[in-house]
Parts: sequence; structure tokens; C-alpha cells
Amino acid sequence: MADFLLEIGLEEIPARMIAGAEAELGRRVRELLTRERLLGVDSKVTTYSTPRRLAVRIEGLALAQPDAEEQLTGPSWKIAFPNGEPGPAAIAFAKKAGVEVSALTKITNAKGEYIGATVERKGRAASELLAAELPKEVLSLYWAKNMYWRAAKPERFVRPVRWLVALLDSTVVPLEIAGIAAGNQSRGHRILHGEVAVAIAQPSAYLEALRAAFVEPEVAARRHTIRKALDHVTRSISATLGARWREDEPLVETVVHLTEWPTVLYGSFEPEYLALPEEVLVTVMRDHQKYFAVEDAQGKLAPHFLTVLNTQVDEEGQAIIRHGNERVLRSRFKDAQFFWETDQKIKLEDRVEMLKTVTFQKELGSYYWKTGKNLETVHNLHTAWVLKSREYPLYDEAALATAVQLAKTDLTAELVKEFTELQGVIGGLYAREQGLGEKAAVAIYEQYLPASAEDRIPATVEGQLLGLADRIHTITAMFGIGNAPTGSKDPFALRRAANAIVKILAESQLPLTISEVVEADLHGEQFWSQVSDFLRERLSFYLKEVRGFAYDVVNAVLATGADDVRDVIARAEALTAVRGSEDFLAISAAFKRIKNILRQAAEKGELTAPGAATESSLTQPEERNLLMESTQLAARVAELRQECNYAEALEAIATLRPTVDAFFDKIMVMAPEPELRAARLALIQSVLDGFSGIADFSEIVVA
Amino acid sequence: MQRFWAERGCVLQQPYDVEVGAGTMSPETFLRVLGPKPYRVGYAQPSRRPADGRYGENPNRLFKHTQFQLILKPPPVNVQELYLESLTAIGIDLNRHDLKFEEDNWEWPAGGAWGVGWQVMLDGLEITQFTYFQQCGGMDLDPMCAELTYGLERIAAFLQDVDSIYDIVWARNPDTGETVTYGDVRLTEEVQFSVYNFEYAEVDKLWEHFRLYEAEAQSLLDQAGALFKQEEADAATKRRFPLLATYELALKCSHLFNLLDARGAVSVTERVGVIARIRALAVGVAKAYAVQQTA
Repeated sequence: MADFLLEIGLEEIPARMIAGAEAELGRRVRELLTRERLLGVDSKVTTYSTPRRLAVRIEGLALAQPDAEEQLTGPSWKIAFPNGEPGPAAIAFAKKAGVEVSALTKITNAKGEYIGATVERKGRAASELLAAELPKEVLSLYWAKNMYWRAAKPERFVRPVRWLVALLDSTVVPLEIAGIAAGNQSRGHRILHGEVAVAIAQPSAYLEALRAAFVEPEVAARRHTIRKALDHVTRSISATLGARWREDEPLVETVVHLTEWPTVLYGSFEPEYLALPEEVLVTVMRDHQKYFAVEDAQGKLAPHFLTVLNTQVDEEGQAIIRHGNERVLRSRFKDAQFFWETDQKIKLEDRVEMLKTVTFQKELGSYYWKTGKNLETVHNLHTAWVLKSREYPLYDEAALATAVQLAKTDLTAELVKEFTELQGVIGGLYAREQGLGEKAAVAIYEQYLPASAEDRIPATVEGQLLGLADRIHTITAMFGIGNAPTGSKDPFALRRAANAIVKILAESQLPLTISEVVEADLHGEQFWSQVSDFLRERLSFYLKEVRGFAYDVVNAVLATGADDVRDVIARAEALTAVRGSEDFLAISAAFKRIKNILRQAAEKGELTAPGAATESSLTQPEERNLLMESTQLAARVAELRQECNYAEALEAIATLRPTVDAFFDKIMVMAPEPELRAARLALIQSVLDGFSGIADFSEIVVA
Repeated sequence: MQRFWAERGCVLQQPYDVEVGAGTMSPETFLRVLGPKPYRVGYAQPSRRPADGRYGENPNRLFKHTQFQLILKPPPVNVQELYLESLTAIGIDLNRHDLKFEEDNWEWPAGGAWGVGWQVMLDGLEITQFTYFQQCGGMDLDPMCAELTYGLERIAAFLQDVDSIYDIVWARNPDTGETVTYGDVRLTEEVQFSVYNFEYAEVDKLWEHFRLYEAEAQSLLDQAGALFKQEEADAATKRRFPLLATYELALKCSHLFNLLDARGAVSVTERVGVIARIRALAVGVAKAYAVQQTA
């Protein structure tokens, strides 16, 4: 067993692509070596990466493939052995296979008799195989964006390959990738180690050799170092008591992949900048500078930041680097402050007119046009609410109108042009600053919530209605010009918009249904059903993926109504609670049977007259019993359903099981007598109707 | 920096004397990167972006900033190391700084040009855009080239440790120690051009200029197309056809568009169309130039 190492030396790989590439390299190498029978049960594949390298090490690699026997099939026996003696065909075949004529055997298969030869195949040496196969695997790695660099463009890769290390124990494997021949010379940290090559004696010496050259190739080790250093350096900030760094997992991952030898440094900025909104400060630090924000013991932003360096410097160097970063941050904050002040010169109200030059969608119109549409939609939602609940909705209509009118105006603000990720947020902050009322400000601020399945919904009714109106208008308008999502293509992120609508309806107290939301924007227009179906599909997604309901439960509850989102959820919860009980599963099975009988009867043209099932038309005790019990129970269930007490309703339905079981044990529904048959069909139909209001139980999958 | 690159075989060019938005648009880059002929050139290029003007009030933004533009065609294998040496050459001790190459791809859609690369971050400051040029004029480059664009004002402010670009010392009298700052030299220009670009520029006349330049450029392109198609036309006639002048006309259009844009005179719907018209000229010149090189 041998030890193998491959290191691909590159110019800096984009941080966002490294983790995926490292994992894919490990998978490809493992699959290749498994396919080629070079891995044993104890073999270990370990991968490494830094911005300048991808590496994989295999411990326990076979030096060669095991030898194998191969069965070759030749011409037909009759031709090869005419008269039982070997003819020219047999001799030629034996020669080609490299065996004696006497070693040829007869193979009988479905097509007839043939001559055969058993040959010994020597396994290929690992070194030879790796040299031949590994380059293809490496060059097949997926990159979100790649490039060419050599003349005539023989290959594309994320960045130019600059060196290669390929070692089988202490021997170089003679492989070549992108014109670079493998050796045993790696490279260290650009600055801390310099351009002198780092010799790798054997794979087991890799980590140690690189660490001595100021490169930590283990991603997990760098992550650990960075987290520890963030903690440690934060504790050393004496100016702010109890300082903590703001946890930011994605940022940690980014800096892990931007560094080979990370250290952490803190810097400070003038407390006067804390007057700028925290959202702006944090965005500048995180998105533009990749700094971690620092907060004080109360969780308030403190005038410090943490930066992760890709180097290790002496104290003088630290002072220089700290000073440089502080200078950059100060000028960024100054910019933001400049934009903030410039923006205040034009009030949000005066920016509405400016929206005429901001395109919403070129076939449709500007954001000025969209704002008008959003106002109409909000008005319609309000009307639907009033019509339904017959009481005046409890929210601030004037604040909502202001919020809708001004919601998009921040698209004309300099600060939003600079920090596009803060749209909405900036508008809300400006609204507050300009004294437009807290409710309107919060609604504008939160209009893009929820941004994802994990995100929260707007906290206020005004914000929720704005969010609904804006999104349903976008969806219907886009459907109207043929921009509905297809397959994996959803360039206008309409699925995300629809997910947000469902989430708002599910997690707010708004008394609105999906169809009321759709109708607020489409009044019987041709896309009505298309948009409704689209939202229902997102509801199904929400129930399964966000709420985690079983798919059969989701199908069962949606089959009996997919409009009132919170009611659907309540029914799904109740159904999930009883789904495990034996009685309930038996009832589900019985309902499936009822449905089948009714379907077959309908196919034969049998009519089920409602009311045909009466005490007198039914003859047997089991069916009379079912009629009586189900009638009584149906009334009780209807009452519970009215109260939305679905759990108890379902439990009540489950108590019908012995009666139903007894009915099916003794009674043949499709009785030969037409009248009796009709009565029985009517009976099971009424049972089905009486208990299907909460869910279609026949959808429940019985294991 | 000029000396450093001159010692490595680069032609030191002077700034191109037509308004451009970036060093890439100078023909020393835009046209020289086409075709197989190796070339190394460096030049400082004042780059005008009318919409970026801030009346001299913002310490970090300029209507006209200066790039030091470097083209290495094809790039040597140690191009990154050379780049680091160039930083050392201008007095940056890399042992006491934090340097990162962070992904940043570049494109100029109107020129059909793009590349992949990095923004080079020094202590959190973007000091250089480092691009491996992949396409120009809509054509794959073979060989490709490395384009290094140093932001001179930023680097100078960094080296002199000043918070405002306008405080950069541009010259110092050796006898009196008196200084001339960037602000002394350029502030008035920033103010007046911001005023012109945002307030005074006459929209109708700008459009008229645009149309004139465009018409002439298009007419030249049509003639070039017809000439290059004639097999019997002799090579010398083809080679003397004034494509470089055609390109200047296209650059004029690009700058006029930027002015109109800053003036708020280009509606959103028009915008895409006008960019396509500039692209037709710039890409047209590049394609014709590639043909001319083989004549």
C-alpha cells in the first residue's frame, strides 16, 4: 500500500468556488480509484485547499491493480475446429489472445458454440494509471466561470495552473496538466515564504512542509484559527467593555477561503459615524470590506471592526495595516455620509415623480407606473377584507397609503445606488428621518421581508399588505407578458415572490385567502387560474419544505381546499397528529375503498341519488347501523369543523372504524337488486361527503 | 512604476488624447490586444466618467481620475510576481502589509470586451484591477493578455497617507518646501466639469454631435467593409485605410453618451439602444482591424 499526493498550484481561485471544487476533486479521485480497483477498504482520501491550491491525499493506495482473468470469445466452434481439428481461425485466435491452441476452450451460450480463451490481464501500475487518468479528472472540475490562458486555448480552468505536485510515496508521478509537469516542488505563502520552492519529500510530509512555509492547507484548521483569533482579538479591545464580534457564518467562510495563513486585527473608527444607520455601517463593513462588526455588551454597534489578514506581521506592521484599513473604512463611511446627506436634499415625496425614469420592466412601464398599480392593489385588498369580515380593518390606512406611494422612491437615492442590497431599508430610514410617521417608515423598511424561507415576515399589518400587494402585482404583471417561470428558469425570481406571499398569509393574522389576493390584482382576467395555480403550488412547497408536513398529508388537505392558508395548516397539523393511529389508517383505507366503489359505479352509469339511503331502503343491521352512526357523527364533526377544532373532529371520525369495518365485512354494496344497490351507494356517498371536509383521507398512504 | 515596467520591456506610451472612460479604451489596449502580435505597453490614462463628478466635494470621487494601464501580451508565467515587485518598486513593503487577490471580473459591454481576474486589495484598499483579457471586440484573444490597471490617485493617497485625494502632494519646491497639491491642480477642473456635465451641457447639441460622429464612423466602417471584401484590392490600400480614425470617432460617441447620461438625457428605454449603437461602432472597428492586420 502506498501514499499518494496531488497538489494543483493555481493563481488565486475565487473564494466562493473553492469549497465546491475541493469536494468535487475528492469525489472524482475516489470514484476513479474505486473504478480502477486501487482503493482498499482502509484507504483514506483527504482533501485540502487554499486560495492557491487544491490538493488530495490518498493513504492506502494499491501500487498496482490486482491481476485479473479475462474470458475472450472467438469465432464459432465449427469454423475454428472443422472436423474437430484446429483450423486457421483457431490458430489465429490463440495467437492473438497469447495462449496455446491446446488451451482453447468451448464456450456455449444462447447463440451457439464458440471457442474461448482465458487470459491473464496484468493489473496496471498505479503510477501509470494516475498519470493517464488524473489530468482528465482535474480538468473536468466544474467552475462557475473559467478562463483560457495558453495559446490556442487547449483547456479552460478557473485560473492558470502554475505548478503541480504528484507523489507516490517519494516518487514523482509523471503526470501533466495544462502543460505543467508534476514534480515535488510546492510553493509557500507569497510574502511570508517568498518564491523559493517548498520541497515535499513524501505525501505524509505535506502538511508539515506547507505549515513551515506559512500555508495552512486544512480548511477546518484555518476556520478554527480565525474563530479563535476573532474571539481573542475582540477581548483585547479595551475601549469597549464586553465587546463581542457579530457572528457571520458566510463571512467566516469567505475569509477562510481568502487566506493561506490568517491572522486577525482590530481597528476603530470615529464614534461620530455611529450616527449613520447601523444597516449602512454593517453593509459597508461586511459586504464591501469583509470586516466583522463589533458590538458592545448591550448588543449595540461599537466603533470597531475586525479584519482577517492573509499574513502575519510584527507590531509595526500591525500598526500600518490597522491604519490603512481604518483609512479605507473612514473614506467609505464618509462616502455613505455624503450620499445620506445628498439624498436628504430631495424628500421622498418629491422622488415619486423621478420614478418615471426608473424602469420596472420595459414592456410594462416604470416604477412610477408600478407604484400606481400597487396603490390599486392595496385598495382592493382592503375592500376584500372589509367585505369579508364586515368590520373595519384595524390598521392605519393613511400610513399604508404613504408607504405604498413612497415604497420604491429609494431606488432614486444615491445611497441605494451604492448599496443596492439596502433598498427598502434605506427608504424606511429616510421616511423616518423625514418625519413621515413610524408606521409608514416600518412598512417601507420591511417591504422586502421575507427574503427567504427562513426570514421573518413584516411585523406590521401595513408592511404585510404592502408586501402582498407589491408581489402579487409583480407576479400577475410578469405572467401577463409571458415571463412566468419555466422549469429551472425564473429570471424574475417570481417563485421567491410567491413563496413570500404564502409565508405572509401563513404567518400573519390577515383574514385574506389566496384567491382574494389574486383577485386584488386580476379581476377575472385570463391569467387568473394560472396565477392561482402558481400560488397553490408554492403553498404545497411551503407545507412540505418549510413546515415539513408529509407529502400525503399535504395532498390530502389541499384536495379539500387550498385557499385559506392558515386553515390548510391547521388541518394539516390535525391530520398529522392522528395519522399514526391504527383506527385512523383503517378509516383512510375504507375511504379509499368507498371512492373506488363509487368511481366504478359511476363508470357503469349507476346513479347515486342523495337521500336514497333511508332506514327503510336498507335491509341489513350493519348498514342501518352505519347510516345511523354516520349521520349522528357527521353532525358532530360539522360542528367541530365549524369551530376549527380539527383534531377532535378527526378523532371523532376515527371512532367510526368498527361500524365501517362491520359494514364492509357483511355488506356487498353492488347488490343485484337495483334499488338496494342505489341505496347502498347513496349511503357510502353520504359517509364520504360527511367526513371529507377536513381532508381527502383517500390520499393518505398506508404503509 | 514606469521605470519598473520599462525595464521589463514595456513601451512607455503617453496618455491617449481623446476622451475615454477607462484606460482599456485607448487603442493601445483596445486594438493592440487583437491579433497574434506580442506587445507590452504601459501608460497613464486620464479617464473621464461624467456621472461620477461630485463638484469636488467628495474626497474620494472624481469626474476624471488617472489610471496607470499596463498590457502584457502574452503575460509571462510570473506575471503576478512581477506585479508584486512593481508594488515594491513604488515603495510598498509587502512584509508590512496585507495583500489579497479577490475575484473581480471586468467587462466593457459596448466594446464586446471582458476578462476574469481580481481586484488587488492592499490593507483593505482596492489598488489594482488585474484582468486576464479573454475577449475584445467580441473576438476571442489569442494569445490572451494581462491587463493591470492601477488607480493612481488611490495609490498616491495611500502612499502619502492622506484622507482626501485633493490633499495629495503633487510637487514640492526643494528650496522652500512649498507644496502643490492635487487639489491646487485639479479642483477647479472637477468643479467646472461637474457644473458643465450636470447643468450646462446642451442636450440637443450633444445629440447632434453624437449623430455626426456616429454617421461618419458608420460610413467609414461601410467603406472598410466593402474594401476588405474586394480580393483584387491591393494590400497597401487596405492597410492605409483609416480605421484608427474611425475608432476615434467611435470613442467620441462613447464620451458623448456618457455626457448625455450624466445630464439625465437618456431615458431608460433609449439607453440599451444607444449602447448597442456604440457597440456596433466599437466592435465594427475591432473586427475590421483584425482583418486589416492580416492584409
